[in-house]
This record gives sequence, structure tokens and C-alpha cells, in this order.
Amino acid sequence: MATRQTQLLARTLLTPAVALLFVWMIVPLALTIYFSTLHYNLLEPETQQFVGLENFRYFLTDPAFLASLQNTLVLVGSVLGLTVALGIPLALLLDQPVVGRTIVRLMVIAPFFVMPTVSALVWKNLLMHPVSGLFAWIAKLFGLAPIDWFNDAPLFAIILIVSWQWLPFATLILLTALQSLDEEQKEAAEMDGAGPLSSFIYITLPHLARPITVVILIETIFLLTVFAEIFVTTGGGPGLQTTNIAFLIYSQALIQYDVGSASAGGLVAVVIANIVAFFLVRMVGRNLEA
Amino acid sequence: MGQITLQNVQKAFGPVHIIKGANLEIADGSFVVFVGPSGCGKTTLLRLIAGLEDVTDGKIFIDGKNVVAVPPAKRGLSMVFQSYALYPHMSVRGNIGFGLKMAGLPRAEISRRVEAAAATLNLTPYLDRKPRELSGGQRQRVAIGRAIVREPKAFLFDEPLSNLDAALRVQMRIEVTRLQKQLGTTAIYVTHDQVEAMTMADKIVVLNAGRVEQYGTPLELYERPANLFVAGFIGSPKMNFISGENAAKYGAATVGVRPEHLRISREGEGWPGTITVAEHLGSDTFLYVDAGPIGTLTARYVGELSLAAGDRVVLSPEPARIHRFDKDGNSLWT
Repeated sequence: MATRQTQLLARTLLTPAVALLFVWMIVPLALTIYFSTLHYNLLEPETQQFVGLENFRYFLTDPAFLASLQNTLVLVGSVLGLTVALGIPLALLLDQPVVGRTIVRLMVIAPFFVMPTVSALVWKNLLMHPVSGLFAWIAKLFGLAPIDWFNDAPLFAIILIVSWQWLPFATLILLTALQSLDEEQKEAAEMDGAGPLSSFIYITLPHLARPITVVILIETIFLLTVFAEIFVTTGGGPGLQTTNIAFLIYSQALIQYDVGSASAGGLVAVVIANIVAFFLVRMVGRNLEA
Repeated sequence: MGQITLQNVQKAFGPVHIIKGANLEIADGSFVVFVGPSGCGKTTLLRLIAGLEDVTDGKIFIDGKNVVAVPPAKRGLSMVFQSYALYPHMSVRGNIGFGLKMAGLPRAEISRRVEAAAATLNLTPYLDRKPRELSGGQRQRVAIGRAIVREPKAFLFDEPLSNLDAALRVQMRIEVTRLQKQLGTTAIYVTHDQVEAMTMADKIVVLNAGRVEQYGTPLELYERPANLFVAGFIGSPKMNFISGENAAKYGAATVGVRPEHLRISREGEGWPGTITVAEHLGSDTFLYVDAGPIGTLTARYVGELSLAAGDRVVLSPEPARIHRFDKDGNSLWT
């Protein structure tokens, strides 16, 4: 009796919060689904008519879709690879006892706090600019021709910028994991005759398996939706070379004013994100089980 | 072979001297226990022998060779850590065989030796489990297995039993002693538990504030403690110390009498006092007696003695069992 009353009370008290969350999620989703079945272009607002799955067919058969899907996967994969591959040695370095360690750590973490738009602008105008950028200056110093990053290697340039932003995150997570590695375990390995490299491969790296998983999962969530960096630097170009799914949907909706097709694209993006998540959890999620 | 000699070994962390010159001769095949209160440097001394810390000064010889500049893995010693330090992502088999794998032994040889070690320690059914799937005692045995499989010159134990519960500790104590005798390998064992020290050791090193206070067999330490510190540290309950006038009667600055060497009677010659606490364990009776100017004395009686707090008793020391110390705390042998 008491239990039932408690349950009833709990449900009653939880209802407003759950209802609010439900509406919060369901209304946009329902509207998106609704718009995705309409011929709805902001340039001709009077002609809204039901077209069934026509928008999906249009979006999925658009050559831009496959190109942007590929760009998205390349972007996510490369940034994950770079941040983990560089984050591990960086974390190992920061774990060493050096003078001014706290300040060094603070500086390493700093890029994570810079807004994506700002960091993209800094990279575009101060570092990668083919005339006045720092990289161009360095190239000229060695007598080389400066690279026009956003024309010659646009996707790579975006990958560099995004990796720079996410490297601190990976480093930070891996550093905290390193600090929780039992000192006696390292000493035991030392007694067992493991040199620095063996000790890293057999002791440190397995210890880092779980935090690396966390880094991959969390970064993937955010990297699938990279937008500001592309918008500020290349605007998706040249051509479609830096258009990812998020940017493609944006251009459908706010450059071509095709709300119906953009809604369909949004739903496709949700499905893609779920597919990626499914494979990720299958691949690396095992590490999270205790 | 596993003869270890320390010559004036010193260790300082900055201005703090942890080990102030240790000289020891550890014979091949013997079981030596380092014992002392917290912070006396016993673990540091062990780590110096292991090579996990570098000596500030002095020499360490293993089988006649100075190993001060030799890295830990090359010294031919193996260590059992307090936390066991098992590799959590490796199976028991991987844990025990890791040292052999690092030494580059062929796989068949590793497998043979790991299985032999596991058989010795009754770990065979658990070879493919991960450390987290084992109980505390089993983990302890894996840690020991990791040490014995390398057939080292000596085992180094760093308080290996302190994480086990009391009953298991007694059992493992016996197992470790038996195993060491069976293998005949030199062992150095660090503990703060004097019962472990007394029961396991061939020889005990009593350390205090970075100094070796005494090095001898358990019974030597009990019967002929070199100074006040050793006298107070070895034996439970602690030895009674009496100083001043009553000690001067025996021609010493301080005299010490162990609780088990005080005769308890209702009246007669000796030190009269009032019982403040009486502990009845069945097998033993411990009396804490307020003996006025002499101070509080502890007396032990084997068996049951029906006395209670408030009773008046007279304690008299067995004359042959009185330890005498000079004003610097050193023993005056008779």
C-alpha cells in the first residue's frame, strides 16, 4: 500500500518534468517529419502541398548527399585519429613532473575554451592565409611557395582546425586516466624487466583503453555536427569539397530555402548518427564494461 | 644463490635522511624480516635493494657483485608488492608469465614454467581468469607466483599480507614460510607486524628512524635485546620499563621486565599495586597494575586468574629475566 502510494506520488511529481521534456523533443521532431512530406519552399510560401517521400528521394539521390556523407565520415575519422594519436603522447608528457606544470596544462587546455567561430577565424586569417598567414611566412622563410590551404587542401585544413580544438579534450581525459595508473604496477613491470616501450605497450596502453573509448564516443557526437568551422572558412567549398551533412542541410534550408528537403535531410542525419553510434558501441563500447 | 650484503647504505630525499647507514649480511637461503614502526625506512631499504630507488651512498652486493648501478630487472630479484600490483587486463597466466615474456623466453618454456608455478600455488583452475575475478588470497598467490616463476636470487616482500583479513593472514603466513623453505631462495620480508616477524624470520632486522637497531634471530631479540627500543618493540604486550630509584637498585638507569616474567601474588616481596584493568582471554590473563611510584605495570599470566579491577596484588620479577639498560638506553649484559 505504502509502496503504491509512493509510486503514485513519484509519478505525479515527475509528470511535469517528463511532459516538458517530451514536448521539447517531440514537437520539433513531429514538425520536421511533417515538413519533410511537404513541398515547402520559402520562396513560394503559398504552394505547400503533400508530396509523400519525394523530398527524401530528392535528398538521397542528390550527388551532394554522397559527397557530404563521405566528407562527414572523413572529417570525423581523421579528427578522432589525430586527437587520440597526438593526445596520448601529449598526456604522457604532461604527466611528467616539470616546473610550471600547472601553467603548461592550462595552456594546453585553452583551445577547448575558444569558440569554434573564433578559432576558425584565427586559423583562417592569422595562420593559414596564403598571403599574410604565419604558415605562409614560414614557408617563404624556407623558400617554398605558400600553401593556399582553403583552395588546395580545404578538407584537410578543416580537419586541422577541428583537431586543434578537440586535442585538449582528448589530452585532458587521457591525462586524468594516466594519473590513476597505479605506481606499483609500473614498478612491478620494471621489476619484470619491461623497458619504457614494453611498459607503455603492455601496461599503459591497456589502462588507457577505456578513456580512449570515452574520447571516441564523446568526440563523435560533436564531430558529426561540425558546422561553424566550415561556415566561417570555406562555406562548404570549393565545390562540395568541405560540405558535410550538417552544412548540406543548412544550405538546403537557408541558401535554397527548401524547407521540405532540408527536413528530410535532417531526418536522414538522425538515422546516420544512429547507425554510426550503433557501430561505435559495437566496436569500442565493450571497453566500457567493467 | 642469493647472498646479499649491504655496506653503509644511505638514502636521503633532499635534506631528509631516511636510511642512515645500513650494514647487513644476508646469508643465502635465509628468511630475513625487516621490522619497525611506520616511517622507520624499512620499505625504503627494501626498495633500495630492489633498485626501485637509487642509493645516496654505500654499496649493495648480490652474490659478491656491487649492483648499485644495475637496473632492477637485471638484479635477479623479484618483488611482491603490498597492493599486489597485478596487471588488471591480463589473465593470471599473463600476469605470472609477463616477466618471462619480457626476458624473451620461448612460448613453450613460459607456458611450462607458468603452469609449474601455478601448480605449486594451487592456482591451476584460475589460470585464465582476470585478477578482478579472484579473491584477496588468490590475488596474493598470483603475486607470489609472478615472483617465483622467474627463479630469482631473492624474493622481496613489501608487507604482502597487510591487505588480507586476520584468518587468511595467518594461513598465508604459513604458506609463504613453507614455500620459501621448499624453494630455498633467500627472502627479505618487510612488515610492521612483530608477530609476522617473530614467526616467519630466520633473522630479524629491527629498524628505527633509518638505523638498524639490532640484527639477530627472533629469540636473540626476545631474550637479549640490544637496547630499549628493541626491548620495547619485540614482545606483546610491551615490556615494562622502570627507571629511577627502583632501577638503581639493580645497578642500571632503566630496568625492563616482560609481562610474562612478573610473578603475581597477593602478598610478599615485590612491587605492590592495584589492578586497574583485568583482561581475561581464557588462555591468558593480562593485568594492568597501578604500582604507585613505579608506574603502570602489565603482567601476563598463562591461564585464567580470577582477579578483577580494584584487587591489590604484588608483582615480583623473575631475577634472571630482568633486562638492565644504561642511561643511553643500551643493554648492560650480565
